[in-house]
Parts: sequence; structure tokens; C-alpha cells
Amino acid sequence: MSKFEFTRRGLIKSGAAVGAGLAMPTILSRPAFSYTNEPKGGTVTLGFNVPQTGPYADEGNDELLAQTLAVEHLNGEGDGGCLATFSSKALKGNGILGKKVQFVTGDTQTKSDAARASAKSMIEKDGAIMINGGSSSGVAVAVQGLCQEAGVIFMAGLTHANDTTGKDRKANGFRHFFNAYMSGAALAPVLAKEMGADRRAYHLTADYNWGWTQEESIKASTEALGWETVNTVKTPLASTDFSSYIAPVINAGADVLVLNHYGGNMVNSLTNAIQFGLLDKAVNGKDFKIVVPLYSELMAAGAGDNIKGVLGSMNYNWQLENEGSKAFVKSFGEKHGRPPSNSAQTCYAQVLLYADACERAGTFNPCGVVEALEGFEFDGLGNGPTSYRKEDHQCFKDVLVVRGAQNPTTKFDTLEIVEITPVSQVTYPPNHPMFGGDEATLGKCNPGA
Amino acid sequence: MDAFFLQVLNGLDKGSAYALIALGLTLIFGTLGVVNFAHGALFMVGAFVAVTLQRVLNLSIVTLDPDKKDFLGNPLQIQTPYVEAWFGEAAGQAIINWSVPLAILAAIPIMLLIGYVMERGLIRHFYKRPHADQILVTFGLAIVMQEIVKAIFGANPIQTPAPDVLAGVWNLGAWLGLSLPYPSWRIVYFVFAAIIISGVFAFLQFTTFGMVVRAGMADRETVGLLGINIDRRFTLMFGVAAAVAGLAGVMYTPINPPNYHWGMDFLVLSFVVVVVGGMGSLPGAVLAGFLLGILESFASTTWATTTVPGINQIIIYLVAIIILLARPRGLMGRKGVMEE
Amino acid sequence: MFGLDKRDTTLFLFVVAITLLAPFLLNPFPTESALAQFNAGYPDLMQRFVIFGIFAIGFNILFGLTGYLSFGHAAFLGVGSYAAVWMFKLLSFNIIPAIALSIIVAGVFSLAIGYVCLRRSGIYFSILTLAFAQMSFAMAYSVLSNPSFNLTNGETGLQVYASDPQYLKGDGPDLTHLFGLEMNATKTLELGAWEFQFNTGFYVCAVFMIFAFYIAMRIFRSPFGLMLRAIKTNQTRLNYTGINSRPYTLAAFVISGMYAGLAGGLLAATDPLAGAERMQWTASGEVVLMTILGGAGTLLGPILGAAFIKYFENIFSKINDTVLHSWFSFMPESIDNFLVAIIHPFVGKGWHLTLGLMFMLIVIFLPGGLVDGGQRIWNRITGRSRTQNEPVADPKPAE
Repeated sequence: MSKFEFTRRGLIKSGAAVGAGLAMPTILSRPAFSYTNEPKGGTVTLGFNVPQTGPYADEGNDELLAQTLAVEHLNGEGDGGCLATFSSKALKGNGILGKKVQFVTGDTQTKSDAARASAKSMIEKDGAIMINGGSSSGVAVAVQGLCQEAGVIFMAGLTHANDTTGKDRKANGFRHFFNAYMSGAALAPVLAKEMGADRRAYHLTADYNWGWTQEESIKASTEALGWETVNTVKTPLASTDFSSYIAPVINAGADVLVLNHYGGNMVNSLTNAIQFGLLDKAVNGKDFKIVVPLYSELMAAGAGDNIKGVLGSMNYNWQLENEGSKAFVKSFGEKHGRPPSNSAQTCYAQVLLYADACERAGTFNPCGVVEALEGFEFDGLGNGPTSYRKEDHQCFKDVLVVRGAQNPTTKFDTLEIVEITPVSQVTYPPNHPMFGGDEATLGKCNPGA
Repeated sequence: MDAFFLQVLNGLDKGSAYALIALGLTLIFGTLGVVNFAHGALFMVGAFVAVTLQRVLNLSIVTLDPDKKDFLGNPLQIQTPYVEAWFGEAAGQAIINWSVPLAILAAIPIMLLIGYVMERGLIRHFYKRPHADQILVTFGLAIVMQEIVKAIFGANPIQTPAPDVLAGVWNLGAWLGLSLPYPSWRIVYFVFAAIIISGVFAFLQFTTFGMVVRAGMADRETVGLLGINIDRRFTLMFGVAAAVAGLAGVMYTPINPPNYHWGMDFLVLSFVVVVVGGMGSLPGAVLAGFLLGILESFASTTWATTTVPGINQIIIYLVAIIILLARPRGLMGRKGVMEE
Repeated sequence: MFGLDKRDTTLFLFVVAITLLAPFLLNPFPTESALAQFNAGYPDLMQRFVIFGIFAIGFNILFGLTGYLSFGHAAFLGVGSYAAVWMFKLLSFNIIPAIALSIIVAGVFSLAIGYVCLRRSGIYFSILTLAFAQMSFAMAYSVLSNPSFNLTNGETGLQVYASDPQYLKGDGPDLTHLFGLEMNATKTLELGAWEFQFNTGFYVCAVFMIFAFYIAMRIFRSPFGLMLRAIKTNQTRLNYTGINSRPYTLAAFVISGMYAGLAGGLLAATDPLAGAERMQWTASGEVVLMTILGGAGTLLGPILGAAFIKYFENIFSKINDTVLHSWFSFMPESIDNFLVAIIHPFVGKGWHLTLGLMFMLIVIFLPGGLVDGGQRIWNRITGRSRTQNEPVADPKPAE
């Protein structure tokens, strides 16, 4: 049993303490900021949202390394990378707008839900002002929608489906990577040149959004050059073995197999196709060929010897000989002992582009950044001359057509560049039917808060 | 007609993998009464035994070639595998080329050991625990195993090709007047699966050891009362089940390059196969494995997918539902096993 | 109080208190401190805690009481989400019709699936539910999202577009709201070095969870709950006494399906996007793990289990090497690097590994789940032995 003794003096003292305690807290609702997560101190936080678990974990890891490198360069550490070659000279290596750049990371798990959760946690908890990266179109569209609502800038990582800057385009979202339409437009002439204009193609397509848009694009551009499409078969995403899809190809009368697969799906379907001896066959008096419209370094590594001679397209390859590319490859290679992948390059370039846009706009306000990026033309980040189109926030630049090398000297040059398709050839109107037609709009930029 | 037979072959091939995994799984159910969610992971670990052996054989002496440059402009590193340096280039390359079949020899003791350690160290303590606890602990173990593999080998698939001799295509139907070009390794896989499956059956059917194990599966207490140490035999059976899963994994690597996530990919499917076959029935598991494999192959044909859109995505589950509704204990299940 | 006995009232009030005070309890570390990484008190994660809490509470009514282990409950959560987003697309962003429909649709869906699956028991039941859920997933992921009949929008996930009709929207808000109260509105309270966030969406979900918890509690203590327990204990004996247990199990199945639908509806209400991977077997497995981890058959367990798994997923995955270095930067560089190298495999991209290890450790050392662990600690503190607190003969589960 304890005893309380009240004294007048004690009461006043504790009363004063309680009063002081009550006066201290300040209740703020978000509108204290003029836009979401306005950086107040001496630092600014970027959010890097990449797959760290699941099948694309290695790709996500590569993106993360590139983004970390970009932050170093922005803060004036390391060798500066592409800051020296970048055509815009707004970046001084002293952070962004004088604020030191920090970053937080998250795991998208290549699932829309998890990716949104992790992006939200960066925005709500860590005060991230932009979200960068990712390795799937579904995730990119989902996170882009979230960033639009939250009022931060989203820069998509590896996303190749037309929809990201097509019917799902958003004012706060930007894409540096190329898309399925561009792959088709770049590949078709090379295919016609190498294989002739009277080929019969058989498509195996991953049965989800990206697969469909790629099939549509490749089909359209090859048929425009005189090819015939024998069959298009959808394969479930969860497939691990493609034998039952490959076997019918043998007697289908087709002489080209187009694999609209990505990642593990592509590695398995290509391996199975080689196993069934498709490349050793001659159909309609022509050698059988396989095409993989979207390549990545990791897929090439996973497919091993099977990619020899197989054509595909890429957004970037480290073997490009321009100044920006050399600077980036040197910077990345010296740090990690291997050349960067094309998704790493995209993520690296986007961090620099974002920072540069902030510098030029003089603010972190998303609307200012959007304005600075729209129609922005630049060079020196590895891809050659590039521009962000105002109408759909898609980057336009040259597209690489690559082929699995017959005799690679190291494990890094398993892909060789066949042709650099000029940007004019892959440009399309912003209201192209494959990109949502006239209905697709960016909406208005949202600064949040 | 050719297309029909090709799909049968594809089905038998898929079915071989399903049957091998399901066989081990049902062996563990039947003997130990344990729901082993780590069984898929054992398949994956087996595959990575092959990958590891390939890596080991490719361990190389590194010399610098000043004439050639790598991507950073430094002298190019030339790698010569030790086996080539030791046994001469031709013999060394042959050894590396045969790394997958060699991995079988390595996988048997390794998988038996892993199975033994798993049973003695962990599973044994969960015999008396509810199935829910067994699921949680084995699922946790499966995650740990796959994450360790991911930490070492990364998430990207790794090519582990078959020996050149077996990498081509055999025309099976030549003597039937049919054109049935089929990858030789897939035929090897099917034959291998048939041998393993009959081996396990023969072991259980024709040896005294197997007889005791079967008796223990039917009535564990009585066999124990007869003074037989049934636990020790069951431990060994766990090792055998692990080895079967592991070998299935090793042999599967040339068909599709393995990645760390394989275990989870095959886990659900193998459970479905076991249950469709009927709990506690070894022939049931094998039968269900081949049945589902073949049905899956036929559901993937253009004819099937145009008749019923999306059938290729759901066929296995659809068949499982139909079978389980028509036959309460699957194809050949025993009464009272895992029904409570 | 509320028709509960004294012990249950205490438990209920405890749950109400920790739920409502979550913004404080989950942010124990000052915002600028190195340990702020472990703070979980931001709106999205708090919402996930309570929503998955609801999901697990519902699952526990089926699994914890009847012992029927469903491996397909994520399907109900998924259809709940789709139903809710469709209501946003067709009517307005008001969450009430959306949540109502998601519960109804999930209820109907679970009635149909439950009716079929409950013809079998044991693992046969589990595989039947798994099969239905995987079929639903496959349909939602690709088959039902083809351009001519787009019900689910496949991989990208169903979302609301500006071109959607939204017949009842009028000039209402463009974000999900409860009669004008915007779900994503957040007030921030700064108290010295601490910062606490109060989010409308969280409190709406919290009220739903408290309500869901209350109903679960009443079910646990009702004659109906007792019947469900009897099914778990010995269904054969129950059948021999002339009781048809199927209606009871089916009722439990549908109730837990409706809980899942509610959780799915709330997920959509806090973030109007419904993705197919919510229905995948991994998601079904997750709720099983949550329930077992927390303590199947206990009232509090599922909530704890849900919070535990979501915490790992969202907090541990975000710890990268830079964060690690910032923790140990006060130490000499070699020790710093050493410690980072040791911890590195377990955080960031290795968060799965930690989760797997935790599953194993908990089930090995705490057979009754987290609740069991908490109880042991409590008994240690109060000095009571286990048997005094919970007589063996008493079949009441531990809370």
C-alpha cells in the first residue's frame, strides 16, 4: 500500500511539468510540406526499389550496385563516372542542389503488392523523394501508379512492355529503357536481311501482359516485311519445362521460332529448343532460326552456349564505344570486376538524369522535375543522343540488335552487337494504337502533400 | 500421329521427374508420418551437387595473356582447368564434359548424409508433434536451404549441359516408320527414372529390410513390439528418399538449367502428385506422376488450348480435384493415412 | 463486459489498447537515431499488420478450431480485393460498398469451394483447397485478363483508371475514402526526437480488426465454437453420436473465407490495386505460417504471427550495407567491416534466410508458437508454474 501526499507546492510543480509537456508536441499534418517529402535538412533521400529475392534477384542486385555507384558520383566520390561525359553540366559532384544524396533500398520480390509496399515504406517512413529501379513491367506499372498518387517521381528500371509508357503512362513516371515496339522495329529489318523476307514464324509467348505486347509488336513489324506468322502459343508463366510447347514446332512448317520469354522462362525455353535440335533442322529449304527479342546479360549467362547465333535486341551493351559508355564501364568494372548489365546502365543513367533535372529545375518539386525532364535531350550517359518525349515520358534513342557470339573470349562478351538501329527507325507517334491510342494521357503531375 | 507420340514422350519425361520426387515424399509420409515441405529443396540440392561438381572440375589455373586485353584494358586472364593441366587437354575436357553423370556418384553419398542428418537432427523430434509444426519446421528448413544456395550460386539459372554424346537428338521412331526426333538426354532421364523406381520397389519387395519397412508402414507398433528397431530402418528410408530426390535433381540439370528456386517450384506439384496417387501408396505416387505428366503435356497442345482456353494452366489442379472427388483416397491411397 | 468473461474482457481491452496505440508502440526509436530502421510505425506497415491480422484471425477460426488445414485461403483474399476494386471502378471510391461486396463475394466463393472440398478431410482436403486456389490464380493471372474479357488485368493488377465509369462518384475525392474521410490522410505528431504518424486508413482497418477479433472471441466461446473443437478432437466420435459435422465445418470455412474477403477488401481500400499474386499458393502458405507461428487455436496468436512475418518482410529487407555501416561506424574500421560481413547474409536480400531460421527456431523451442513463448516469459516473471496457470485437463487454448 503506497501513500500519496499532496502538497500545494508539489501540485503546482507537477502541474507545470504537465503543462510544459502538453505544450511541446506539435501536431503536423503533411501539408507543412509544399510537396511530398520535401528535403528539409542537408540531405536528400532516393529510394531504390529492386528485386532482391525471387528469380530476378541477381538483376536487382546489379541495378542496386549501379545506383549506389551513381550516388557516389553525385556526391563527388569515386571517379565521377559519367558526370564528366554527360552533356548537361548542371551536376557538380556536390550532391543535388547542394544536399548530400542518401539512399534507401527495398525488395520488390517481383510482385506488384510487395513492390508497392516497399515503395510506400520508403516514401512514408524514409522520406524518399523518388523511386528508381525494378525488373518487371507489372511491377513498374503498379509502382508508377503509386508514385503518381503519392506525389513522388518514379523512374522505371527494366520494363519492356509497351503499357508502361503506353496506356498506363503517368505524369510522375519516366522510362529510360526501350520497349517491345522498339524491339520489333529494330529487329525486323535485321531479321529480313539475315533470314530473308519469306520466313514463317512460330511464336511462343509468356502468358501475361508483357509477353502479349511483345508478341503483338514483333508480329506486326515482321509481317510488315513479308513474314508469315504460323502460330502463336501462350505458355504459362509458371512453366519450368517447355518440351510440350517446343515439340509441336518441329512439324509446324515454321522456320523461325520467336521466344517472347524473359528471364528463367527464356533460359528454359531456349535450352529446350536447342535440345530438340531445332537449330540443326532445315525447313522449307532454309536453316531453322531462333529469335529472342529481348535479351539481357543474365539471360545470356543462364542460357550458356545455347545463345550462339541467336538474335535479339537490347537497350544498352557495355561494348558500345561512345565516351559515356566507356566512362561508365570503367567506373563500374573497376569497382565490381565485371561489366555492367543493361538494366544496371538504365538505373545508373536515371539517377543522374533525375539529379540533373532537379539541378536544372532548381527544386525537388516533382512538377518542376517533370518539366525539366520533358523534352530533355542529352548525351554522354552511354546510349548516345537520347531524348525524353514530352507526350509519354519515353526515352528515344538508338536500339541495339545483338547476337550470341560464336567464339566469346571471356564470359562477358557472349553477346555481340550486330547493328545499332538509329532512333528514327524506332520512333512511333505517342497515340500509336499499341500504346493506348488517343485515350492514353499522362494526367497531371502530382506534387503530393 | 508423330505429334501424339512426341507429347506422350514429353509426358513420360515430365512424369519421371514428378514420380521420382513424389516417390520419396510418399515414402516419408508412409514410414515416418511426416509432412516434409523440404522435399522439393532436396531435389534442388541434388541439382546443385551437379553444379558444384561442375564448378570444382572447372577450377582453373589463371595465367595472364599480355597480348589480349579484358574489358578494362588489363591483360586477359586465361583459365586452364586443373583437370586439363593434370590429365591432358583431351582427357580433362572429357571429364568436365561428363560432370553430370559423375555428379550421380557424388550425389548418392551426399544426399544420403543430408537425409540422415536431417532426420536425426531435426525431423526425429517432430514425429509426435502436430502436422502443422512439421510443416512450419520443414518449410523453414526449405527456405534456409534455398537461401544458402542462393547466397553461394546466385539466383540466375546455371547451365549444366549433358555430355556431348548424349546432348543430341535420337530418332526413336525410325524403325516404326515415324519421325520422332527426341532429345537423347530426356530418354536417358526416363530410363534412369525407371531404373530408380524399380530399384526402390525391388528393395522394398524383395529384401528382408524392405519387408520390415513395409510391415512398419502398415503397423509400426506391432513391428516395434517384435523387437525390431524400426526407427533405425525408417531413418535409412529417409536417407533413401532424400537420395532419390537428389538424383532426380542431378539428372534433371541438363534438361533445364537449375536455379535456387527449383525446390519451391516442384514442391506444390509433388504434393499434388502424392495426394492424387493416394497417401502412403508408392505405386500410386508413380502412377499419378506419369498420369499428370502426360495430361499436362497434352493440355499444352494448341488443340487443347483452343478447345478450352487456359486449360494448360489449370489441368493438373483440375485433374486432382476430379480424382479426389471421385476417389476419396486418391488413386491407390490407404485408409486412415493423413486423413485426420 | 460485451458478453465476455473477466479474463476475455482483459484480453480484449488489451488488444484494443495495443491496436489503437500502435503508432506509438511501433515507433519506439527516435526518428534520427540509427535504430529508427527498426521502427514499424508508418502507415503502410501498420495497415498491413492489422489487415493480415484479420486474415489470420479468420484462418484460425477454421484451422485453429476444426483442424482443417486449408491451403487455398489466399484465393478468398484475392477475390475480395478484385470485388472491392471493381466497386471502385463502377461506383465510387467510397470503401463501404467495396468492403461489403468483397465480404459477400468471398463468402459465396468460399461456400462453393468449401462445399466441394469439405467432402474430404486431412491432407486430401488441403490439396483440394490448394488446387482450387491455384486454379483461381492461374485464371486471374492470364486467362481472365485477355483483352476481350478483362476481369483482373492480369500481371499488372486491377486498378482504377480515369476512364472508368464510377457512376456514384459525383465530385467525391479521387482517392479511397470513408464518406469523405480520405484513407491516406496522415497526421504527424512530433514529440521531441520522436515522430508518430496517425493514418486514417490504419484506424479504419484497426476498427475492423478489433471488431473481427471480438467476433472471433465470441465464436471461440460459443457452443458453435465448442462443436468446432469437438470436430478437431475426434470427428469420427462426433459422427457416431449422430451429429452431422459438415454444416459446422462448412460454416467455419465460410466465416473464415469472409474474413479473408474482408482483409482483401481492406487491402484494396488502403491501396486500390489488386494483383493476382495475392492468390498464389505462397500467399496461402503465408497465412498458414502466420497462424502456426503465432499459435494455432489461440486468440492472440494469429495477429502476432501476421505482424511477425510482415515485420520481417518490410523491415529486414530494407537493411542494406550502408545502414549496417552506419550502425557500426563508431568502431574501428576492421571490426566494422567484420560485423557487417557477418550480418550481411541475414538482412537485405537475405531476409528470407532470417525468416526461415526464425520459423525453425520458434517451432523447435516454442511448440505453441509465439503466444506460448510470451506465456512462458509471463510465467517466469510472475513466478507461476505452467500447470497452475493452465490445468492440463482444461481444453481451453492458451491466450
